Amino acid sequence: MLEQVIVAGFGGQGVLRIGQMITYAGFAEGKEVTWAPSYGPEMRGGTANCSCVISDEPIGTPVLMEANSIIVMNLPSLHKFEPVVIEGGKLFINSSIIKEKATRTDISVFYIEASDIAAEAGNALGANMVMLGAYVAATGIVQLETLYDLVKQTFTGSKAKFVDSNIECIKAGAEAIKALV
Amino acid sequence: MAKKLMKGNEAIAAAAISAGATHFFGYPITPQSELIEYMARELPKAGGCFLQAESEVAASYMVYGAGGAGARVITSTSSPGLALKQEGLTYMISAGIPCVVVNISRGGPGLGNILPAQSDYFMCTRGGGNGDYYHPCFAPASVQECVDLVRHAFDVADKYRMPVLVLGDGMTGQMMEPCEIPPRQEVKADKPWAADGNHVARGEHNRINAMDLQADVLEAKNEDIQRRLKEIAETEVMYETVDVEDADIVFVAYGTSSRAVKNVLSKAKAEGLKMGLIRPISLWPFPTEAFDKIKKDCKAVIAVEQSCGQMVEDVRLAVLGRWPVEFYGRSGGNPIIPDDVLKMAKDILGGK
Repeated sequence: MLEQVIVAGFGGQGVLRIGQMITYAGFAEGKEVTWAPSYGPEMRGGTANCSCVISDEPIGTPVLMEANSIIVMNLPSLHKFEPVVIEGGKLFINSSIIKEKATRTDISVFYIEASDIAAEAGNALGANMVMLGAYVAATGIVQLETLYDLVKQTFTGSKAKFVDSNIECIKAGAEAIKALV
Repeated sequence: MAKKLMKGNEAIAAAAISAGATHFFGYPITPQSELIEYMARELPKAGGCFLQAESEVAASYMVYGAGGAGARVITSTSSPGLALKQEGLTYMISAGIPCVVVNISRGGPGLGNILPAQSDYFMCTRGGGNGDYYHPCFAPASVQECVDLVRHAFDVADKYRMPVLVLGDGMTGQMMEPCEIPPRQEVKADKPWAADGNHVARGEHNRINAMDLQADVLEAKNEDIQRRLKEIAETEVMYETVDVEDADIVFVAYGTSSRAVKNVLSKAKAEGLKMGLIRPISLWPFPTEAFDKIKKDCKAVIAVEQSCGQMVEDVRLAVLGRWPVEFYGRSGGNPIIPDDVLKMAKDILGGK
């Protein structure tokens, strides 16, 4: 198994966090993992992306030229990364924000109204967790339960109150995939 | 001891603390700022001294002072910052002061940019300051190797009484991988030369000095430096080889570039092509002996670097005309493209 995924969007949308959660989950399940951020003069509102590799074998470069899966959270990221998906790969689009459709016909495209779903789940800032849930449900790269455990480990102390709403967002993302396939 | 996911920058800092470092002096610069941030937070908790200097030059002389007093001391920076530290480095060579210097390099020349690059090879392997010297330089390719090499660097520095450089790049520093940090060791290295007030009788003193006005005195110092460098060259070489013996094409790459070349090797293997890799871990001393494993009718040795061609000069010296030497490089912070490297190798095999 070799999964190469790029997550991209505006700075502040939590795209690096999506990648970290995928990486942490792969690590928790005993797989080889790398996570590498795009690294420039990034800021809130600018563009950000990260590359993650989850594998059964030792990993070569953490810098991806192509990916099995792409998660995009804004329009510039769709334009930039749609060509990078390998044939037969998966493209996850936050269609609450991106109103354009993908043009590729040789890949599977999943439109997730992530921001709306997150708001309905009571966590307006949880669109990234919705996309994470959708990605994991569609690819099966890691178990959803692993993500729930990670959320519980991530939000502790005064932030423990965010555990339930983030898990709800992940579940809602996974449900959205079930409705699509 | 459990593995955890860490950024290279944080892992280097954690490794230094685990190696018993007691002092850190530095000045923030991207893309190594997580390192200094981690040190600011964690070194005082371990009983150590963290101090942000007013400049890189000042930081390098704080290292000189602490190291001269016998402390386990480290500083870290990125490319333009290391250029500034070169004065302190050559003074520490002269004064015989052990320390660890980390360079998480970025695009150059000049202020360049903050993207990963390998264009500091010359500065890090040739003795970047004035005078006759080299110093050891180790190049990690993974976060775990960041940990292992930083810990090793402290021991090498103490053993030979000189600065040891650890050279990563923006990708090594920023990427996150699993690693294991050993528990902190308290080091009581015997440093009878140190200016710590403990080693000489009253009325005598240890001198930590970078100036010798008498020709014979300075020549004797240079001979001592060269003697230690010769011993390092004979005993501290580190490298990894992959499938070199049977290879029709041998790549030479270190650090981040070597990771991209490993992707090239997998693709080549899948196509039935015989390609191998020499990965220098010690850049100085350069692993010349690894090249003796290459078979006589190998078609080419290709240096792959994120630079315009620096290590390739050492590759030519190691090859000594036995095989054609080619070069693939990217600069400006751009990554190595494995498919382009593979195509270059296939073109050579195809006689193009």
